[in-house]
Order: sequence, then C-alpha cells, then structure tokens
Amino acid sequence: MIRDITIGQYFPGHSPVHRMDPRMKLILTIFYIVVLFFVSNPFGFIPAVFFLVCCYRVARIPVKMIAKSIKPILPIIIFTGILNLLFITGESVIFTFGPVHVSWQGIYTSVKMALRLILLIAGTSLMTYTTSPIALTDAIEQLLSPLKVVHFPAHELAMMMSIALRFIPTLVEETDKIMSAQKARGADMESGGLIQRAKSLIPVMIPLFISAFRRAEELALAMECRCYHGGEGRTRMKQLRYTRLDFTALGISVLLLAVIIALNLIPMPFLDWLI
Amino acid sequence: MGEEKEIRVSGLEFAYPGEEPGMPGHIVLKGLDLQIPRGQFVAVLGHNGSGKSTLAKHFNAILLPTSGDVVVCGINTKDEERLFDIRQQVGMVFQNPDNQIVATIVEEDVAFALENLGVEPSEIRRRVDEALKEVDMYQYREHAPHQLSGGQKQRVAIAGILAMRPDFIVLDEPTAMLDPRGRSEVLRTIRELNRDYHTTVVLITHYMDEAVQAERVVVVDGGKILRDGTPREVFTEVELLKSVGLDVPQVTELVYELRQAGIELPQDILTEDECYQALKKLLSASANKR
Repeated sequence: MIRDITIGQYFPGHSPVHRMDPRMKLILTIFYIVVLFFVSNPFGFIPAVFFLVCCYRVARIPVKMIAKSIKPILPIIIFTGILNLLFITGESVIFTFGPVHVSWQGIYTSVKMALRLILLIAGTSLMTYTTSPIALTDAIEQLLSPLKVVHFPAHELAMMMSIALRFIPTLVEETDKIMSAQKARGADMESGGLIQRAKSLIPVMIPLFISAFRRAEELALAMECRCYHGGEGRTRMKQLRYTRLDFTALGISVLLLAVIIALNLIPMPFLDWLI
Repeated sequence: MGEEKEIRVSGLEFAYPGEEPGMPGHIVLKGLDLQIPRGQFVAVLGHNGSGKSTLAKHFNAILLPTSGDVVVCGINTKDEERLFDIRQQVGMVFQNPDNQIVATIVEEDVAFALENLGVEPSEIRRRVDEALKEVDMYQYREHAPHQLSGGQKQRVAIAGILAMRPDFIVLDEPTAMLDPRGRSEVLRTIRELNRDYHTTVVLITHYMDEAVQAERVVVVDGGKILRDGTPREVFTEVELLKSVGLDVPQVTELVYELRQAGIELPQDILTEDECYQALKKLLSASANKR
C-alpha cells in the first residue's frame, strides 16, 4: 500500500538545473530568499517572478508544481494576508469598520507578503524537485564542514540524515507488515474516535520501535566491520565539483540582485501614495 | 614480510560477561583450535546456540577471546592498533541484508568501506565497479536498496565487503532470511568468489545442502569442534550428526536408511548424481540376477 513512496519530492532528470552542484543550488536558494527581502517596490517582483519561472522552465518542472507546493501553506498565506489587510494603518483609507481600517497600504502590504511567501516556497521547492536527498545531504556536509573547527558535527549530521533516508522505506514496509499482523490478530485500527485510533496504534508502535533498535544495533556492527570510524580521514567516491554551469547560475543570480536593487533606487513618485 | 596468510585460532575460550561484575558469565566457546589457510572454502556447521556465530565474530575482532588467541595473517586480534588491518583482511557478511546496507544507492554502499579507509576517489570508483561485476550486480548500481530483492541485497552486501579486497570473507548465515531463489543466487556468488577469485570463504550455516558444497566442513557443538574434515568424511557420520541435533543432506539420509535396511550401497555418497548412479547400478544388478 505505501510501498512506492518517493522520499522528498525529487523528480529525476538531466536538465542544467539538475546537473548543478548541489552546494551551489543550496547557496543560490538561500541567496534567492535574501534577494526576495530586498524587493521594496512593486516592480521589483517582476524580475523575481520572471527569474523563478525561467528556472522552472529550464529544469523542465511543470510550473503547475508551484501550486502543488504552495497548497500546504495556503492557510498561512491567507491568514497573514488578512491580518495585514486589517491592521496595517495607512492614510488612504478605503473604508472603516469599527476599529478596523482597510487602506490601500494594507492591501499593498498583504499582497506583497503573500507574493513573497509564494516565491519563497516555490524557490526552495525547485531545489528539492531537482536535487536528490543524498546529493543534498552531501552538500550540507560539505558546506558545514568549515564549522568542524568549532566542533560542529557536520559529518555525523550528514550520516544520520542519510541513514534515516535509507531506512524510511524499510521501516514503512515493516509498519505495513506489523499492521497486517495485528489486524490478523483482530486489532481494529479504522474505527473509533481520535483517541481510540491513537490508542490502537500502540500495538504497532511498540514492535516497530523494538525492531528499529535491533536494526540500529546490527547496522552499527556492520558499519564497524567495514572500518567505519567517523568522518576523520574519510574520502568520498563522488567528489562535488563546481563547473562553469554553477558559475553561470551564480552570475545570473547576482544580476537578479543588481536589477532589483536598481529598481529600488529609481525614484517612483507616482507610487508615493502607496508606500 | 613472509606473514602466513591464514586465520589461526588457538585455545579460544569465550564467555559473555555476567549480569553483575564478578558473576560468572555464559560460557560459549570452550577451547577451540582451528586453522583456516588461504583459498579454502570452509563451512562451519552447528545448530542454534552451538557457538558458531560467536566463533565467526572472533575472526575480525568484533569479539575478543576471554582466553586463547586468534591470529589473522600474523596479527593478533587483541592488537588494537591494527584493528582496521584485520577488518580489512577479514570481511564479514551478516544474516539480514537490510541491516547492513548503509547508503541509499547501491554503488554508494559498496564504496562505504573504501571511503572509510580513505582510498583515493578514482581508485574507489574502479574497485566499486569491479566488486559489483564480481557479484553480477553492476547493472543495478544506481538502484535504491529497497528496490532490490533479498538475494540481490545480500549480493550488494557481499560486494561492499569485496571492495575492501579482503583475503577472507566470513558469511554468518547469509541465506537464512532469503527465499529459495535468493539462496541459490547468493550461494552461486559465494562459490564463484572462491573458485574464480580465490577468496577464502568461511560460511557459517545450518543448511546441510550448503555445507556439502564446501571443501571442508567444521562441525561446532557446545563450544567445541566436533568434527573437521571433508564433507564426505563428516556427513557419513550420520548418527553423530543426528546426536547433536543436526540434519544430514537428503541424499546421505536416503543412503543411510537404505544401508540400515540391509541394502548394499557405498557409504560415502554425497551428491544426487552419485546416488542416482549407485541406485541405477544396484537395480540393474538385481534385474540381471533374475
């Protein structure tokens, strides 16, 4: 039933975005988020949206996917939108309802915030769509490795993440088996209220935990047998390497920032009533 | 350096520590002597609790002897400084293939040991491809482990050990959790490793039909070595094996029963083909008599 789960939301492919170094993708995603917060006039969003749509196009990820990735946070967007709309006090009030003033400034701020959130989610989603979880783990390890100087466990963190990824399908399969076994013994997991159902999960959780611990012990033994002794002196088969592609992407991103800053600096007196 | 390429076990005793300090523990191995020269295919037989797995864990210093010594290629397993040398010489494959695959991609998992040993990336790539070809899993190198069958996963686990280029491979009941097809796949791989690549194989098992394929069978019972010889020598002692709770291969069993019934058959029949020939000879002889 739950066997064919894909971990994360990775869509395998060979587009230039897929082929980029995961480190650069991670850096540029963070960079893009920062850029979004530089946008301070409505025209600034035009290059930001254009850039992202182009990235989706190049990655051959259907732009429809943006809608899918935004769906889970839609309530948050609506909620912040309404709050901004009602409680931002501006001079050009449209109408007043008791203590609440709806102004053009309020509308502008709420649209701006919503757009920013949507772009933020869409941007980070693009990274997870085009980067396999393993590549991402590697990237995190490499990017955090300078912090080893201050004893930050970068290698251990990455190892934990990759082992977790490795065992998700195994444990899902096991959960399935245990549930079937308990059902065969007459366990009822589908009926009853919320509390009843949560209680009926106990006979699934306990065997699952016990088996997970046993697996952990065996895995640790197998890792020891293969000479695992932490991150020290370890090499990697697949070396991450920045290519011209990565620098091109970096260049384009910096250009985007420049355009947005330039747009911020151009005086736009006709917008003064809004801001 | 002229070190002998062998595993030498002498006077090995082992007891799991007691629940409280000072309490006598559970004694598992009671004085074992064993020598495994390079290139051999040895099966270690024993029923559950005979100490065969405990013995296996001494070969690569997972467990250290309570008394006695285990020496691998001239290195005593008690020598902590050379722990990784020993583990690289003696690879170990366990029962459950799921619990020994570390990485999320087959080839990354095979590379795991080499990455730990700090081998050059290009050399890792070469050895990983080689190891995957040896177990015939090269075409699956980019698969995720959960997409593979049990037998395939176990072969990946074997490749992960082979990549270290060990002189010895110890397999602790590698087929116990597999279906018949997976079992024969894994067993074929093991045989090929021994025959074509001259890897020393120590196969811990309680399946008689697997032990028959080895060139030497060591029967362990109650923490001691009961018999040590060729399959032919060991399996003809049907009564002894049965007395320690072990089965004999089906063919041997049949011949044993027939001999008990007074039918004249040679004692050292081990394979189906030998049995077939012997029975055919017997039947045609009795037909001629009439």
